[in-house]
Amino acid sequence: MIKVESLTKRYARTVAVDGISFEVEKGRIVGFLGPNGAGKTTTMRVLTCFMPPTSGTARVAGFDVLQQPLEVKKRIGYLPESPPLYPEMEVVEYLRFVGRLKGIPKSAVDRRVDEVCERCAITDVRTRLLSKLSRGYRQRVGLAQAIIHNPDVLILDEPTAGLDPKQINETRRLIKSLAGDHTIILSTHILPEVEQTCEQVIIIDKGKLVATDTVENLTHRLRGSETVAVEVAPRDGALETAEVQRRLEQVPGVSRVIFKETRDNRHRFEVESLEGRSVRGALARSVVEAGWDLVELHATALSLEQIFLQLTASEDGGAAGGKP
Amino acid sequence: MKNIWIICRKELRSYFASPIAYGLMAFFAAIAGYFFYVATAIFVTRGLESQMMGRGFPMDVNEWVVRPVLMNISVIGLFLIPMITMRLFAEEKRSGTIELLATSPVRDSEIILGKWLAALILYTCILAISALNIALLFLYGKPDWRPILVGYLGLLLQGGALLAIGTFISTTTRNQIIAGTATFAACLLLWVFDWITAYETTTWAKVMSYLSVVTHFEPFAKGVLDSKHAIYYLSVIFFGLFLTARSMESLRWRA
Ligand SMILES: Nc1ncnc2c1ncn2[C@@H]1O[C@H](COP(=O)(O)OP(=O)(O)O)[C@@H](O)[C@H]1O
Ligand SMILES: [Mg+2]
Repeated sequence: MIKVESLTKRYARTVAVDGISFEVEKGRIVGFLGPNGAGKTTTMRVLTCFMPPTSGTARVAGFDVLQQPLEVKKRIGYLPESPPLYPEMEVVEYLRFVGRLKGIPKSAVDRRVDEVCERCAITDVRTRLLSKLSRGYRQRVGLAQAIIHNPDVLILDEPTAGLDPKQINETRRLIKSLAGDHTIILSTHILPEVEQTCEQVIIIDKGKLVATDTVENLTHRLRGSETVAVEVAPRDGALETAEVQRRLEQVPGVSRVIFKETRDNRHRFEVESLEGRSVRGALARSVVEAGWDLVELHATALSLEQIFLQLTASEDGGAAGGKP
Repeated sequence: MKNIWIICRKELRSYFASPIAYGLMAFFAAIAGYFFYVATAIFVTRGLESQMMGRGFPMDVNEWVVRPVLMNISVIGLFLIPMITMRLFAEEKRSGTIELLATSPVRDSEIILGKWLAALILYTCILAISALNIALLFLYGKPDWRPILVGYLGLLLQGGALLAIGTFISTTTRNQIIAGTATFAACLLLWVFDWITAYETTTWAKVMSYLSVVTHFEPFAKGVLDSKHAIYYLSVIFFGLFLTARSMESLRWRA
């Protein structure tokens, strides 16, 4: 449904997207994962024909974004990072306008507006001014405008950013419910979001493709090692940070020890294990045997940065290893 | 065609949903009404004077009231136009709604024409207020209606041309105030070109005089329909909208 080949987008000073290629099959929900500034929004803007690529090609439903933008636009529903709402319009009026703009005939547009209002649970605010809506409702009206013309492809740029946990859950459920009828690409910088919502994941960093895989494979690959937060304090007297670090590094199975902070003579570290090793027991023993207090020890979830470190390390530079 | 109308209706809705349209109308009604009153008063006193001197009443309403009023309105237009066009694209860029328009299956040209047309319709509505003043003349006298019609055609052409320039300027910034100020400066420049050239005879002066919107409006105010001047306005409209299209295109490349 979507086919991107060595896509590059250069701004005046930065290369925002650097030669990425990927494919998305019909009916999939795909997570587009990367930290801020990775190039997610830029890629989506190329796919939606908002801006042309500097080089490379992107095709949606067989139509090239440069050659046949009108055909591509007819088949895409797009929710930008901030919903494109006109504050002076009422919800229904706005949706009618978008519907007509997307090519729905006048006779069918009212029924379609009712349908999407129902689907996105905004029926109760139909006659409210857009400027008077809460964040959660604004996001849902944004989704409603994206699906109004029943597009083949839905492109959602950080659809849950800035929402509270309850709204995030509702939005995710809504997106999942849309999956049957549409191919969906959603961008996010939060890993659990991909795990909960998506089937396939495309990871980019600094404009380069890091990996594309199914979510199952990816989490499996990442479960291999663990990250542990350790806090150590001396039983009495003072303690050198370097001394603790040296001792932790010598624990078998540890691949990396990162110093975090020292506060009230308590030293905090983050320890990463080698693949397939659990090191918490050995760490605890080692600290206690050295005659120090183990103030805290717990496994932390992988942060996005660590994922990138791991993926880029294990795939030898990363960008080349991304074929699904 | 259909898309132009969809965009145009949305713009009109925004104009009339905010105080802009009504504010401009009130502002215009007051100023144009005042000028109309002054012109009529002069006409009446002069008329009475000449009557007392025994020369009958040979003064022409068209020449003494309609023409100066039309000239005044064309100048007031220079102040109204920046207020009408400043938000057209600048506001969409600021709020991000431009992403909705630019990713919908409509052509850039349709977006531009729709917006320009909405601005022209609002401008026409505002001008219509002054037509009420002129209509009063028909109650008390017998002005010739043909020159009046030509005059209004001239106002519309001039308005269309300046609105096209304003539309273009609005695509170059995301700040309405900057767009409005720049458009006002452009309008003013096109107006004062006429003064500079009054004392000069160089080629430059001739070019500037040709560019001045006022030079081209005068014949319309006199009720003379000359295709040369109509073509001037039509080419400014075309040129302004063409620049708008190029500007939108380059926005996409830089975005
Ligand atoms: N309009 C722009 N002009 C210049 N640089 C831009 C523009 N938009 C984004 N960038 C740069 O391109 C890079 C990628 O940005 P973006 O695609 O917005 O990333 P993401 O959506 O993943 O956070 C960033 O370094 C950003 O600063
Ligand atoms: Mg982004």
